[in-house]
Amino acid sequence: MIVFEAVTVTYPDAERPAIRDVELSIPEGELALVIGRTGAGKSTLLKAINGLVPHFTGGTLAGRVTVDGRDTRSYPPRELADVVGYVGQDPLAGFVTDSVEEELAYAMESLGVSPTVMRRRVEDILDSLGLTGLRHRPLRTLSSGEQQRVAIGSVLTAGARVLVLDEPTSALDPPAADDVLAALTRLVHDLGITVVAAEHRLERVIQYADRVVHVDDGGRVHDTTPTVAMENSIVAPPVVELGRLAQWAPLPLSVRDARRAADALRAQLATMPAPHERQPAVGQPVVSVRKLQANYDDLVALRGIDLLARRGEIVALMGRNGAGKSTLLAHLVGLNKPTAGQVAVAGHDPHRTSGSDLVRDVGLVPQEPADLFWADTVDDECAGAGGDARALLDRLAPGIAGHTHPRDLSEGQRLALALALVVAGKPTVLLLDEPTRGLDYPGKGRLVHVLRELAADGTAVILATHDVELAAEVSHRTVVLADGEIVADGPTREVVTASPAFAPQIAKILAPLPWLTVAQVRATLAVTP
Amino acid sequence: MSTLHAGRPPRALHPGAWWAWSLALATAATRTTNPIVLLLLVSVAAFTVTARRSPHSSRSFALFLRLGVVVLVVRVVFDIVFGAQPTGEVLVRVPTVPLPDWAAGLHLGGNITAQGLLTAVYGGLQLATLLVCVGSANALASPRRLLRAMPGALYEAGVAITVAMSFAPQLAAAAVRVRRARRLRGRPSSGVRSWLGIAVPVLEDALERSIELAAAMDSRGFGRRGTVSAARRRLVSSAVVAGLVAVAIAVYELLDATSPTLIGLPLLVLGTAIACGAVLFGGREPTRTKYRPDSWHAPEWVVVASGVAALAGMLVAGRLYPGSLHTTTYPLVVPQLPWPALVGLVLALIPAWATSPQIPVPQGISAPRQPVADSPEPAEVGR
Repeated sequence: MIVFEAVTVTYPDAERPAIRDVELSIPEGELALVIGRTGAGKSTLLKAINGLVPHFTGGTLAGRVTVDGRDTRSYPPRELADVVGYVGQDPLAGFVTDSVEEELAYAMESLGVSPTVMRRRVEDILDSLGLTGLRHRPLRTLSSGEQQRVAIGSVLTAGARVLVLDEPTSALDPPAADDVLAALTRLVHDLGITVVAAEHRLERVIQYADRVVHVDDGGRVHDTTPTVAMENSIVAPPVVELGRLAQWAPLPLSVRDARRAADALRAQLATMPAPHERQPAVGQPVVSVRKLQANYDDLVALRGIDLLARRGEIVALMGRNGAGKSTLLAHLVGLNKPTAGQVAVAGHDPHRTSGSDLVRDVGLVPQEPADLFWADTVDDECAGAGGDARALLDRLAPGIAGHTHPRDLSEGQRLALALALVVAGKPTVLLLDEPTRGLDYPGKGRLVHVLRELAADGTAVILATHDVELAAEVSHRTVVLADGEIVADGPTREVVTASPAFAPQIAKILAPLPWLTVAQVRATLAVTP
Repeated sequence: MSTLHAGRPPRALHPGAWWAWSLALATAATRTTNPIVLLLLVSVAAFTVTARRSPHSSRSFALFLRLGVVVLVVRVVFDIVFGAQPTGEVLVRVPTVPLPDWAAGLHLGGNITAQGLLTAVYGGLQLATLLVCVGSANALASPRRLLRAMPGALYEAGVAITVAMSFAPQLAAAAVRVRRARRLRGRPSSGVRSWLGIAVPVLEDALERSIELAAAMDSRGFGRRGTVSAARRRLVSSAVVAGLVAVAIAVYELLDATSPTLIGLPLLVLGTAIACGAVLFGGREPTRTKYRPDSWHAPEWVVVASGVAALAGMLVAGRLYPGSLHTTTYPLVVPQLPWPALVGLVLALIPAWATSPQIPVPQGISAPRQPVADSPEPAEVGR
């Protein structure tokens, strides 16, 4: 269905090709997963499939890409719309119309499909993606999981046999991600659609993949099966790491398979002492929120929040999209004025603090890290922040050239830069909003390391995240928000094992034993052979 | 959605009908400075919007109302500062500031008179009414739906407008986000210098998003070459544009009371003929199709007719009672309400009852989650 023959893509002004000498053939009806480190060239590979590279992005493409027999050299994206559907990282940015039905019909209108056929296809897609109840809803009022499904549906109605998805579940909370993945597997199995998806959250998708396409740091592509890829890859989800640790063969990719293989391990661990609860040095409280209420017009975003965080503590803030996590963070940095209640950060009211005083008290890495940038080069940006911003950046994301424009960085590199800039101000309290979007496992590992160091130095860290694995790995305490209220607040182990939606993979595999991460299991097995 | 099958199903009217109705009201407003008539016009527009607003543009009407008030206030303030009247009932005595020679003809300061003030209020009210009429069109049928109803020959222009329309709100959203982010890095977030500092990142961000939109449209088949030859398409497009330009000039001639209407009418007929001919000629290729094309039936005719009735009432009133539509301030008089204008305005209210209500947006049928968009999250630091 998709054939790459000796494909090399070079962008203008780039030192090396983004992808080079790619030989790849993906047959019809497969779900191919594209993995690789942040900035390795995954997006370039995806965009080459429907001709956005090079027709839209510029650069030169050597070699040949054919999709369903059409050469992208002579077919620009618009002429491939009836074969390939492309869904970008932010579906909302790609919506052309106002409502769900019109969006589903848009591509068909461009292709000149007859109205009667259009009506039938729209109904089919509404049914198969579970969107029937949303048909008249304005697109901007949908949740992000629903938006993702509408975006997928809107390219399928055009008759696309190939679906190309860039990070389809990265920004979604766990239940919404499940909805999208369920829809995708149904499309592959029932309709024989070919799906090519890039995704960092391997723990969510690897079990559904038929093929793994690994883009290495040099832009070369390795095409393998999921099991083989996971045996050797440095990017691996917790379930695979546990399998490697326990030397299970064949290597399990899903929680189900791992749980079936884990009987012996569970029996062995049951006789061993439970891992230590991570206890932070009990520092003085630096974040104190009392009875905080926040209203927007007639919508109540937060209803009476009480929260305390101490020096040296890492708190994970979880909850589905729209539960009020970002609102709470905005109050902690004083961007919003509380409707009622008090907020104190490092002893000051952040809403009344500004300038360098605020920077010393509290720093926030926003969901859109690029908002923080205004200089033309990474070096200028780091110089503007002062401190050891550059050194920290090199630790978080090694190998970024100083003259790079901040907006040319990949998503993960942008996050690293934003974090370096904020931490350079040495804030007493560090806040992060969805820090793992677009971050690969090694990047995540480095982030965890830096956060632990900061906490050890007495910084209080609060991170809002959907990433249960990260929360399990790094946080002392987890707070779950739902509809503007705190529904759980306690040690991470107790909170994340209490509900399946927020439980990390290792907890699911080893339940009811209290191990949460591979590192904990490894440590236990190391001390008691 | 069982109501769809009970009796006559509610359906959204053709957007063109609502725009014709609103533009007829706006044209009527250009014919008068009588404050009673203008306020009645605003009430008619506001009432109809409340009764039949489109679910996709719920907030825009309030915005236009506010804009109207701002225009009125600015007009009055300018008149007080620059437009001193030499004669009339003096309300407040203010000395005149002498201006240099190059500003001859301008006054600064001067007595504020009742006559001058009222003239300014009437003029401002007329502008505000025009804005409200356009706002009502915007609220009754989203401009995007109107664009969808455009003939195929004008499609490219329509898409350019769609992208442009999405650029402005994105610019505003980006400005809010970047200003807030500046605060996070300890920089001042207000004042001229901060605005200069954020201009580049804001533009970059909004541009990036618009390019993303363009890429999405391209990958979904926008602008596919049909079977039509490029030359023929270009011919059709330019004919349509030429026709519309002629219509625009003609309408201007007709609206401007001082210009001779001799050129206006023939130009209008000619322009319409060229545009329609080109659309019919160019619309024959099935390169694009429409999902649920908007249909035009009796209710649409009623809406258009009621708008035209309001305009006709205004014209008749102007003919029968000359001067009643332009309330004079020398001498000060109580404004009159000529009956033909009143009848026209009452007829303009018909659509508020005669049409079926717009289909409300079903909430929460399969979506337990809160609507995200009008909600707090986008306004925050993140998106």
